[in-house]
Amino acid sequence: MNLQGKKVTLHDMSLRDGMHAKQHQISIEEMVSIAKGLDEAGMPMIEVTHGDGLGGASVNYGFPAHSDEEYLKAVVPQMKQAKISALLLPGIGTVENLKMASDCGVTSIRVATHCTEADVSQQHIGLAAKMGMDTVGFLMMAHMVKPEKILEQAKLMVEYGANCIYATDSAGYMLPDDVTERIGLLRKELPKNIEVGFHGHHNLGMGIANSLAAIEAGANRIDGSVAGLGAGAGNTPLEVFCAVLDRMGVETGVDLFKVMDVAEDLVVPMMDHPVRVDRNALTLGYAGVYSSFLLFAKRAEEKYGISARDLLVELGRRGTVGGQEDMIEDLALTMAKEQGLI
Amino acid sequence: MSKKLKAVIIGPGNIGTDLLMKMQRSEWIEPVWMVGIDPTSEGLKRAEAMGIKTCSTGVDGILEHIITDDIRIAFDATSAYVHAENSRKLNELGVIMIDLTPAAIGPFCVPPVNLVEQTKNLAMNVNMVTCGGQATIPMVAAISRVQPVEYGEIVATVSSRSVGPGTRVNIDEFTRTTASGVEQVGGAKKGKAIIVINPAEPPLMMRDTVHCLTETTPDQAKITELIHAMVKEVQRYVPGYQLVNGPIFDGNRVSCFMQVEGLGDFLPKYAGNLDIMTAAALRTAEMFAEEAANKTITLPARG
Repeated sequence: MNLQGKKVTLHDMSLRDGMHAKQHQISIEEMVSIAKGLDEAGMPMIEVTHGDGLGGASVNYGFPAHSDEEYLKAVVPQMKQAKISALLLPGIGTVENLKMASDCGVTSIRVATHCTEADVSQQHIGLAAKMGMDTVGFLMMAHMVKPEKILEQAKLMVEYGANCIYATDSAGYMLPDDVTERIGLLRKELPKNIEVGFHGHHNLGMGIANSLAAIEAGANRIDGSVAGLGAGAGNTPLEVFCAVLDRMGVETGVDLFKVMDVAEDLVVPMMDHPVRVDRNALTLGYAGVYSSFLLFAKRAEEKYGISARDLLVELGRRGTVGGQEDMIEDLALTMAKEQGLI
Repeated sequence: MSKKLKAVIIGPGNIGTDLLMKMQRSEWIEPVWMVGIDPTSEGLKRAEAMGIKTCSTGVDGILEHIITDDIRIAFDATSAYVHAENSRKLNELGVIMIDLTPAAIGPFCVPPVNLVEQTKNLAMNVNMVTCGGQATIPMVAAISRVQPVEYGEIVATVSSRSVGPGTRVNIDEFTRTTASGVEQVGGAKKGKAIIVINPAEPPLMMRDTVHCLTETTPDQAKITELIHAMVKEVQRYVPGYQLVNGPIFDGNRVSCFMQVEGLGDFLPKYAGNLDIMTAAALRTAEMFAEEAANKTITLPARG
């Protein structure tokens, strides 16, 4: 693979996707110190939001240690060069949340929908574009449909005003060819001024390989997270990815040793559990299940005695999508009843 | 003279057509007009085939028939954008408006919780909240009847096929209106609503989760009893309303997991979200008719 001379914008997820792995309990101090470390390392974009996006604070997804507003107000003013982005899932977050984020100095908004439901994003993408923000359409669980469907949905988001489209492997299910097909088609068919991005999860250990495939197929924005801190087995570990890109001659503008140090000195010590491909995270990738279901399934296992793996396989079979965390306890109760455990 | 109140349906889409089919079985409400804005619409053709009068020039086109046809009830299944005008024009002629849009200019109505109150007050415009609200607010109300609810949260998961373009283009309105309903009718001090759209095939049945945080330790026996009683109340007009799991108690958290199967009139059975709206709207109109027949309320006078 020859990627020599390509330029890629890296986008760190440790303070948003990483919130899942921390049950949304990252402290303000941790958030600020990691963001500052990344800023200094030259990371161009950093996402700061509840794991489930703006307005995600809930019984269903977990109440965070601090509100989105508190985190953003603490982090944004400390940045010297990095752009802070926020995630928004229509159906959870609203345009009021979006305006709040903008008031806090967020300049990039990523509006995420399930990969077949882009038409719920019109009001949010429309407003963000109108406000002059970097506006990203983020198509989640992109493994579930054919590349042509992803393109169709991407075109809707572009029509609403998005200037960048992501194909998102929320389940960490994709193999490099799956990425190539989707990103390749988006790059080929979308207007040249529309950027294309890829967000991976490492559930099958493919974070790096998939991200490379995405660059080769035309993506110029790639998500990852320092030390891989993210839902499931985490995101593409950015320090590893930076080293690989460096070796391949891809320009990122990120200082490899500095980003390594952020990973090792700040992020790893903060982890509640090793973010790795354990059997449950592997099951997410294998069964095509939304990565943030991991800890919910583990808790349901403890509470109701149904194995997390069995729960995740069944959730995959039923075609659950992002946001359906409430289904996990419901299913565990039903399975426990069937097995005479309760 | 028939005890039935005569009605007009505005909006010949899926909701309007389903409502018409339910209304044709009603002992209390007689559908007379279906109103649309497109003479070639399938919905108007369907209504005509079902034997009711149709009008393709919007609400303005039926104003002259309101008094002569003695129309007393209107159901608005159009959009929040045009509802206020529709309501004003028909209210002026003494027609009670039942609003199935998220406009929410009138008080919210969730039949087993506050329908009696709305009819006794002869509210001239009642709003049916949202499908998610109809499916979950009864549970929140059941819990708040036992003890104060500090926070009520609902998650509605619906099949992609059952979510129309009106909801999609303004999905914030769903979350906002539902959250207000959880507070105002459900009795939670703070409400939150989440909607998840799932495209699985075959389509999944509407499911709803209700999480309440009570101010003090929940009275498990009493809450369980009232929740089961409330489920039966909803089942009187939505037979496919089901408590699948719960109530589950975890500290001060009370959670219920619901499923709503529709009757499958015009919309398929999985679209319990649409069915619970049309059934609740019709139930509301019927209550007005019953109260009028019992003379507990007096409808606006007509010459």
